[in-house]
Amino acid sequence: MPPETSTSSAGGKEGSSGPSSKKNSKKPKYSKFSQQELPAWKPILTPGWVISIFAFTGIIFIPIGLASLYASEKVVELPFQYDQKCIPSEYSNNAEAYIKSTTTNKTCTATFKVEKTMKSPIYVYYQLTNYFQNHRRYVKSKSEDQLRQKSAEEDTDDCKPEARTPDGQPIVPCGLIAWSLFNDTYKIKVKGKHLKISKKNIAWQSDQTKKFGSDVYPKNFQAGGLIGGAKLNESIPLSGQEDLIVWMRTAALSTFRKLYGKIETDLEANEELSLVIENNYNTYSFGGKKTLVLSTATWIGGKNDFLGLAYIFIGGLSLFFAVCFLLMYLFKPRPLGDPSYLSWNRNPGMIK
Amino acid sequence: MELDNPVGNSENFEPAVNSSSVRSAMSIQSRGSSRNSTREVNFGPPAADSEALSTSQKEISDGDARLVHINDPVKTNERVRLSGNSIRTAKYSIITFLPKNLFEQFHRVAYIYFLIIAILNQLPQIAVFGIGVSFLPLTFVLVVSAVKDAYEDWRRHQSDKIENNRLASVMVDSRFQKKKYKDIRVGEIVKIHANETIPCDMVLLSTSDPTGVAFVQTTNLDGESNLKTRYAKSETLSLFPEKESINGFIKCEKPNRNIYGFQGSMEIDGKRSSLGPSNIVLRGCEIKNTNWAIGVAVYCGQETKAMLNSSGAPSKRSRLETRMNKEIILISCFLVTLCTVISVCTAIWLKRYKDDLNLLPYYRKLDVSSGKAKSYKYSGWGLEILIAFLMSVIVFQVMIPISLYISMELVRIGQAYFMTRDTKLYDEASNSRFQCKSLNINEDLGQIKYIFSDKTGTLTENKMEFQCASIWGVDYGSQNADLGNEPVSVDGNILRPKVKVKVDPELLQLTRGGLKNKEGKHVCEFFLVLAACNTIVPLLVDTSDPEVKLIDYQGESPDERALAYGAAAYGFTLLERTSGYIVIDIQGERQKFKVLGLHEFDSDRKRMSVILEFPDNSVKVFVKGADTSMFSVIDKSLSMDIIRATETHLHNYSSLGLRTLVIGVRELNPLEFEQWHFAFEEASNALIGRAALLRKVSSSVENNLCILGASAIEDKLQQGVPESIESLRTAGIKVWVLTGDKQETAISIAYSSKLLTGDMAQIVINSNNRESCRGHLHDALVKSDKLMAMPGGANNIGGSTEPVATQIALIIDGTSLVYILESENSELEEQFFQLACKCSVVLCCRVAPLQKAGIVSLVKKRTSDMTLAIGDGANDVSMIQMADVGVGISGQEGRQAVMASDYAMGQFRFIVPLLLVHGHWNYQRLGYMVLYNLYRNAIIVLVLFWYDLFTAFTLTTAITEWSSLLYSVVYTAFPTIIVGILDKDLSKRTLLKHPQLYGAGQRNEAYNEHLFWFTMADTLWQSIVVFFVPLFAYWGSTIDISSIGDLWTLSVVILVNLHLAMDVIRWAWVTHAAIWGSVIATFISVMIIDAIPTFPGYWAIFHVAGTRVFWLCLLGSIVGALLPRFVIKFVHQYYCPNDIQISREVEKKSVNTTRVVGGGQLEMLPIR
Repeated sequence: MPPETSTSSAGGKEGSSGPSSKKNSKKPKYSKFSQQELPAWKPILTPGWVISIFAFTGIIFIPIGLASLYASEKVVELPFQYDQKCIPSEYSNNAEAYIKSTTTNKTCTATFKVEKTMKSPIYVYYQLTNYFQNHRRYVKSKSEDQLRQKSAEEDTDDCKPEARTPDGQPIVPCGLIAWSLFNDTYKIKVKGKHLKISKKNIAWQSDQTKKFGSDVYPKNFQAGGLIGGAKLNESIPLSGQEDLIVWMRTAALSTFRKLYGKIETDLEANEELSLVIENNYNTYSFGGKKTLVLSTATWIGGKNDFLGLAYIFIGGLSLFFAVCFLLMYLFKPRPLGDPSYLSWNRNPGMIK
Repeated sequence: MELDNPVGNSENFEPAVNSSSVRSAMSIQSRGSSRNSTREVNFGPPAADSEALSTSQKEISDGDARLVHINDPVKTNERVRLSGNSIRTAKYSIITFLPKNLFEQFHRVAYIYFLIIAILNQLPQIAVFGIGVSFLPLTFVLVVSAVKDAYEDWRRHQSDKIENNRLASVMVDSRFQKKKYKDIRVGEIVKIHANETIPCDMVLLSTSDPTGVAFVQTTNLDGESNLKTRYAKSETLSLFPEKESINGFIKCEKPNRNIYGFQGSMEIDGKRSSLGPSNIVLRGCEIKNTNWAIGVAVYCGQETKAMLNSSGAPSKRSRLETRMNKEIILISCFLVTLCTVISVCTAIWLKRYKDDLNLLPYYRKLDVSSGKAKSYKYSGWGLEILIAFLMSVIVFQVMIPISLYISMELVRIGQAYFMTRDTKLYDEASNSRFQCKSLNINEDLGQIKYIFSDKTGTLTENKMEFQCASIWGVDYGSQNADLGNEPVSVDGNILRPKVKVKVDPELLQLTRGGLKNKEGKHVCEFFLVLAACNTIVPLLVDTSDPEVKLIDYQGESPDERALAYGAAAYGFTLLERTSGYIVIDIQGERQKFKVLGLHEFDSDRKRMSVILEFPDNSVKVFVKGADTSMFSVIDKSLSMDIIRATETHLHNYSSLGLRTLVIGVRELNPLEFEQWHFAFEEASNALIGRAALLRKVSSSVENNLCILGASAIEDKLQQGVPESIESLRTAGIKVWVLTGDKQETAISIAYSSKLLTGDMAQIVINSNNRESCRGHLHDALVKSDKLMAMPGGANNIGGSTEPVATQIALIIDGTSLVYILESENSELEEQFFQLACKCSVVLCCRVAPLQKAGIVSLVKKRTSDMTLAIGDGANDVSMIQMADVGVGISGQEGRQAVMASDYAMGQFRFIVPLLLVHGHWNYQRLGYMVLYNLYRNAIIVLVLFWYDLFTAFTLTTAITEWSSLLYSVVYTAFPTIIVGILDKDLSKRTLLKHPQLYGAGQRNEAYNEHLFWFTMADTLWQSIVVFFVPLFAYWGSTIDISSIGDLWTLSVVILVNLHLAMDVIRWAWVTHAAIWGSVIATFISVMIIDAIPTFPGYWAIFHVAGTRVFWLCLLGSIVGALLPRFVIKFVHQYYCPNDIQISREVEKKSVNTTRVVGGGQLEMLPIR
């Protein structure tokens, strides 16, 4: 009872039970705070304010929306979905068997045309759908410590069922995420010449320096009975395995892109690109689509009209409300602070 | 004039941790027992309860008895070890603190819920959060409460130690020696000197007074500051334990908490005598006016009545909280629905991918690590569904707002702080602040519809003043009176009555004249009765001038005090009272009267009498009492005209609102005296039925009285009462006055307090039996219907000049109420209630305490409106406890009402700022706070839920586990608490100026089903916008879980804080700090969490915040989410403004135009 504790001290000394002095007034001390009279700003929603706020929102949002749409429009994106195209016709009904088989030829070629000029850097992504990298089992299936330090090699508790080899050796990097590393590869040729796809600096710098150890080398990886995806070069430390690092930043949604590499040269419009795809990764079992995407970037990132449209919508709505309120204010105003609107001043019959 | 209390400020009594000898909340006996029992009280005749207290000794069976061997503690404690005298108010010791405190804290269902969730989370199958994280919110709450409890308990330990180590004189080896309190044992003889505190409950053996009287002050026990008399039994008076050993024992009842009851018997040297409540002095009381007293300890330590009464405050639950609990059940259902959706979806998903699960890269059921194939973490389809359900409960746990309970507690503490600190609620006369005794129902103060008020001491000051008298048929009014207090000089000292009384010069002249004429003789006898026929104890108080001493009359009844002061002013000064004699200074001449017998006042007879032997050996019986009871015992054959004249005067007095008493006298002849004396002695020593016997004896002398006259005492209206009642009525609160006074007095007070006005039609119901009562009620209903239909005077409320129906006032007396409240007869109750509802004023006169509670419960039963009872005396306790909100006035009548109340204050008029200002604010604040908290927790749960729909229903949280748990504790907790404490919709001045604004609370405007569903719909919209805008913006991009999670975290926190900011009405700097500080704190927290390399989201915020899309998503989703709310809010405020809104605009306008600085200083009520 906090309110009393303060008062009790006044009458506390019971031992000297003499008449307590009359001057011992308990009158609460006046302060602006205790009397709840702190100076305060008391805004009220006047039509003026509200109309300005809406107008302002509209004026800010619509240009932003237009700018975003424009930026999104400027992005040149070349998607190439190949998951079905790269299945030989004899396997078309049994894609899984094709992809699982170790004997089939996985190389697949295709050509497509650059529609607009693409300025470098051109980003090469692979896009997967229906792939739940955000699945709880999957997200948790890694060992942060093992990735960072050599000494934590044995720390594989969270990695099951890809924690250890049958003979008890720890797998580095362990866990489902690493195990399922994407292993399709792409080569692009322009006019017969190989276009260089740079794999440097595709991962976050912060991940490379802090999360993936430079002294941790892959070990026993993809050595067991079940091969989930790509193998790693055991002579390169994890901090240098940028594909792995990119892959291990698990995607937020089940349709996602991952950066495969960057092309540092411009591509002219109407140029023919020929692709050589090593189609190794099995998304057929769960109906996942695989798409190779070449894309330029603007300040808004990749191609996405949604933000621009949303901004235009919100801005338009705001402007609409601004106009509505303005009209309402002009034609059916209510004087603010008119006491005659108080319920007890209105006609008694009108009181609810 | 001020009745000052010389022996200790009654305000010393605080039910908190102070070191007075009986510290912790001492409640009167009735609190503990009648809290439950008043619910099914039987509204019998008023005498029922007083009877129970005074009923004399039944034999106590051995099994229920405690045997105390006087001065033989060894033998006393032989068979059973009785409790020692050390007390312990501390709840915990170092060892028991943790288990006990935790046990107490887990009495809350919400805590158990969170504990279960945290435990569930430990199962490896369902673990969602890390071990540390899952316990975080619960631990936080528990630790905060535990620290608070530990501190309070430490203070209690300190004061226990001081208390237990105090010293008292105890008989050891035939000598009184100092002994520590804690070492006193039952059976020991203890000696107490004047002004010492009594260390344990003890039966008095002897006192310094030859007749065995001791005066005790029970301030520490029940808060009453006047002296009470206690007697030692005559059998033990002559015993001197120092010289001779006392051989005897006391048989008494087992310890109980009834501080007004005690029964037992004492056997000394084979002689038995009975013991009653007047023979025992209780721990915590002080001996006053008595040099020493010796007693036997019968109850010690924890078994003393004081300690048994130290129970905590009663807990009431507020209306708002009850309603909130209903919504929480709804929300729980919603939570279950969400979890069910998740588990059903999981089931479907698992079914669909049943064949692929083994090798699905993100599931991989197949585990070949040990060489042979088996299932990894898969417990079959059915169990997986259950696990999904449990996991979703864990993830969505914040749906049940644990923080809301703590926030509400904190907010209420803040509100209580403001109420106690409000200078407008401070009463200078009694130097008392407003007290919040119950912290749970602050917001109920904003929803009161009915006020039940006591009259005496509540509407009036209860500072009785002798006003005028009718003596021998002559009315001596004091129109042109002077203030007089006759100084009396005794042994060179000048004694002066403490209180000045207006005297009538004519009457004064007559008293000075003495016994010269017949008139004078009657007058003198009249004042002699006033001075003698009472139980007043005069106390001499030193003043700054050593020559002058003040006479302070101490007594239980303020009327008696007023009469004694009145008599003193006319020269009849009571100087000394012992049980054997009284000394009265009559016009400067000291006279000693032997007191032969005293029949105390009881509520059946409604009179008291004293039998005095005059110095000339004549014996007279003096009687004073209520007019109804007195006229029946007055000899009508004598002086009929005088009786008639007196009756007329009585009527005049009571219509002036004065309290009247009739005085009678009779001389006893020796034979009569002998007969009476014999019977009296016998009755006094009776073991069984003493009270009834004494009453019978009293009737033998209280008859054939000769009427002397009548006294009239004025009980002034308290300051500001008419204005307050006016305000309350304008606020739409119905004020019912329930008083024990006469109908005439009640009506006249009602007029002067503006409760009744001239243009009201009065319906009076006085019935003597059920049938007539039924008839009256029926007639009254018909009549009221007629009156309602008929337009009456203009209604001035709110300045409206519309003609409205006549206002009706219902006046009903206690006898009629007996029939109405009879439990088997609900038909009359119903009629009465209907009638009362039509009336704007209800005045119940001559009602007994239990009837007051009965009326309150009648109204409570029949409406859902909130009731408040306000009173100051013990007779209001049951009503105060029965009402939804009980307010006690710390006035003259002791503090029982205060102790039973939820709120206590010094003056009736404080009820206006209490309800209209604080109540209004409390209600608005808490109502908004509950809605906001439900919203705040629901939105994050919904955001988590939406995300789960995109993770194959596997309860991955994009928002880091730390953020999702810190969310309700840190990210968003402070602003709502600060706003809940500080925000106010309207200024004090406006609220007092327009009491109608109080209607918002009565109509549940701040928190109702409507608002709840609107808020929930808004929550749904906001969660959709805030979740899906980033989702679509990042669809098919490279965004990772942590980055988008951080975006969601920040946008939800900012959104929730902006939502609050949008509804804040007053922006003080604290509000700014809390709201913007929270947003900044969240940014910092998120950055800290993302700066830890072992967390999966390492550096994510820094990456994502570097992109423009992030900021666009943040801005767009927040604006989009708030847009509808803002539009609806504005349209509603502009086109269907409620009263509060308009008043705010008026306030704003007046500030803008006149720039009144320091608004709120102006008051409509006069404040001294």
